[in-house]
Amino acid sequence: MSNAEAVAKKFRERDIFGRWLLSFPALFVIFIAAVGPLFVMLLYSFMVKGDYGDVKYWQFSGDGWFSVFFQRDIFDDTVSVADAHLLILWRSIRLAAMTTVLTLFFGFPTAYFIATRPEGKRELWLFLITIPFWTNILIRTFAIQETIRNEGVFNTVLMKLGIISSPIQIMFTDTAVLLGMVYVYLPLMVLPVYASLEKLDFRLVEAGYDLYAPRLQVLWRIILPLTKPGIIAGSILVFIPAIGAYVTPRVLGGGKNMMLGNLIELQFGQGRNWPLGAALSITLMIIVTVALLFYVRNASKSGAGHGH
Amino acid sequence: MASVASAIDARGVSKVFRGAGQDEVRALDHVSVAIRENEFFTLLGPSGCGKTTLLRLIAGFDFPTEGEILLYGDDIAMLPPYKRPVNTVFQNYALFPHMTVAQNIGFGLEMLGKPKDEIAGRVAEMLRLVRMEELKDRRTSQISGGQQQRVALARALAPRPKVLLLDEPLSALDYKLRKDMQIELKRLQHETGITFIFVTHDQEEALTMSDRIAVMSKGRILQIGSPRDIYERPAERFVANFIGETNMLKGKLGKVSKDLADVTLHAGPKLKATVPETLPASGEVTVVIRPEHARIAPGGKTAGLLKGELENIVFFGTDTHFHVKLNDGSPFIVRQQNASSEAPGLSIGSQVSIAVAENSARVLKD
Repeated sequence: MSNAEAVAKKFRERDIFGRWLLSFPALFVIFIAAVGPLFVMLLYSFMVKGDYGDVKYWQFSGDGWFSVFFQRDIFDDTVSVADAHLLILWRSIRLAAMTTVLTLFFGFPTAYFIATRPEGKRELWLFLITIPFWTNILIRTFAIQETIRNEGVFNTVLMKLGIISSPIQIMFTDTAVLLGMVYVYLPLMVLPVYASLEKLDFRLVEAGYDLYAPRLQVLWRIILPLTKPGIIAGSILVFIPAIGAYVTPRVLGGGKNMMLGNLIELQFGQGRNWPLGAALSITLMIIVTVALLFYVRNASKSGAGHGH
Repeated sequence: MASVASAIDARGVSKVFRGAGQDEVRALDHVSVAIRENEFFTLLGPSGCGKTTLLRLIAGFDFPTEGEILLYGDDIAMLPPYKRPVNTVFQNYALFPHMTVAQNIGFGLEMLGKPKDEIAGRVAEMLRLVRMEELKDRRTSQISGGQQQRVALARALAPRPKVLLLDEPLSALDYKLRKDMQIELKRLQHETGITFIFVTHDQEEALTMSDRIAVMSKGRILQIGSPRDIYERPAERFVANFIGETNMLKGKLGKVSKDLADVTLHAGPKLKATVPETLPASGEVTVVIRPEHARIAPGGKTAGLLKGELENIVFFGTDTHFHVKLNDGSPFIVRQQNASSEAPGLSIGSQVSIAVAENSARVLKD
């Protein structure tokens, strides 16, 4: 009897070990590829910066985090707020939020259009939406540059038509960055919104019309609340890469219109201030997390309480 | 004019759907029907007969290719659905899943811009009418199918539509619940005094609930009449077949006097049958005899009766069906109630004779 129990116990233990072994690939990815690097970044942000980049290992200091928000004058050592950093931070949040709103504004009608095509034809439209993905983001961004620069297609055509007499300066402005990001991230909004519109029961739309709701009310009271999961997913997919965008602000914004991604790159490159770069990266993460928590909670709450 | 106008008057309505290529589907073919105020009117037919299309045209979800649809004399055929004082109970209810029961019911009134306290009062009244007061704050996903059905009814009735459209609303319910809801629907129609247009493929449902029925097939209305009319005096073969069980016997038309005619059946006897306004030219006719209008007896001697061999006996609880093969080979079913002492001592394979009740046979026009 006790012998049988011992055997059973042994098998159970072997079974548990086997299960852990099977989950190894998942654990490997989570710890080595996701949690591990984050921990390294956190560690770096608290170390002393090296003279030629890198950090002085195991010498800890709060300087990295200090200089995220404050700067010390080289001559008289007075401390002031690092307004350049805060400006970049604010620009990043503002441009990412505007990108999200604009991709939703343009993406929702697009997704609605595709979702209301006959079943066999939707794939074709989706395919057309995904075509830009095949081209490298750098090339797409340079293509926008070619279009909007002072000697570019846009200005040339307007001048030839006599609508303007001198070119409109679009390059190296926030508008250029915004334009580029909306263009690049639009599919990331269209696809999840399409996915939830495609699942939408259009009889509910008919029921809305039947109950005296004109088009705008049907959109506002029925379609939008029911496609909220897709809108939330699309917003997350656009906002996260947009706030950390690097290529678009670099090419279209130039040196003056930096965003957080460019600032971080600067610290790990020319700036040779790895602790500051690490601290900025983690700041970016915290902003994204807080923004998402706030957004998702707010969105689901307004969904539950809809129509009072 | 307004007082004599029908609640709904469809005049020569056609609807053609164009498919991907050249193919056209004529879902409705010059349909005309006048539905009276305060009537429980049923559109009955098999799937694809155009009944739902007609309902959708009245609701405004589709627009007719030709013809006009009048609501109390006003042509509404081209108005969008949100401008028609007509509401729909959808086949799968189409309740808004992101709203509570009460919010669903109040939605139409809210869209009409009614004041808040009026909406609250009307919603409470509707909840009482469909007996759903306790569940008013539930989500629609948290209530049963029968309860969803009641909410859908309340939601459609709340704005006091001039006509209520019901698109097979009972088809998703199980048998017992469906029976209860049939009675419930009749009660609601009676209490609200609203014209109901009910779409179904279930002939039993149509017969028990309707004031009048329109039988539809292939985009056309074949016959309009009271349930008794439709059942006892079917005009066409399709109507006779679609509604209730029926026996069809071929015969030769004899002397016709007013609405009665002599028909000599190929299976033997001569009988009197009622006739429609138009008769087949050939004199070769089909006669319909309902199974419950015939009586079966053992032996095959008596003259003037249908004779044949009993092939099967099927017991149905309240009644029994006798399947007989007549002498000319055509099948015939007799339905007899299982009243206590009447059980005729019949055995399968024996010779039987069948008597048909007077004037219960009907000549078809096709």
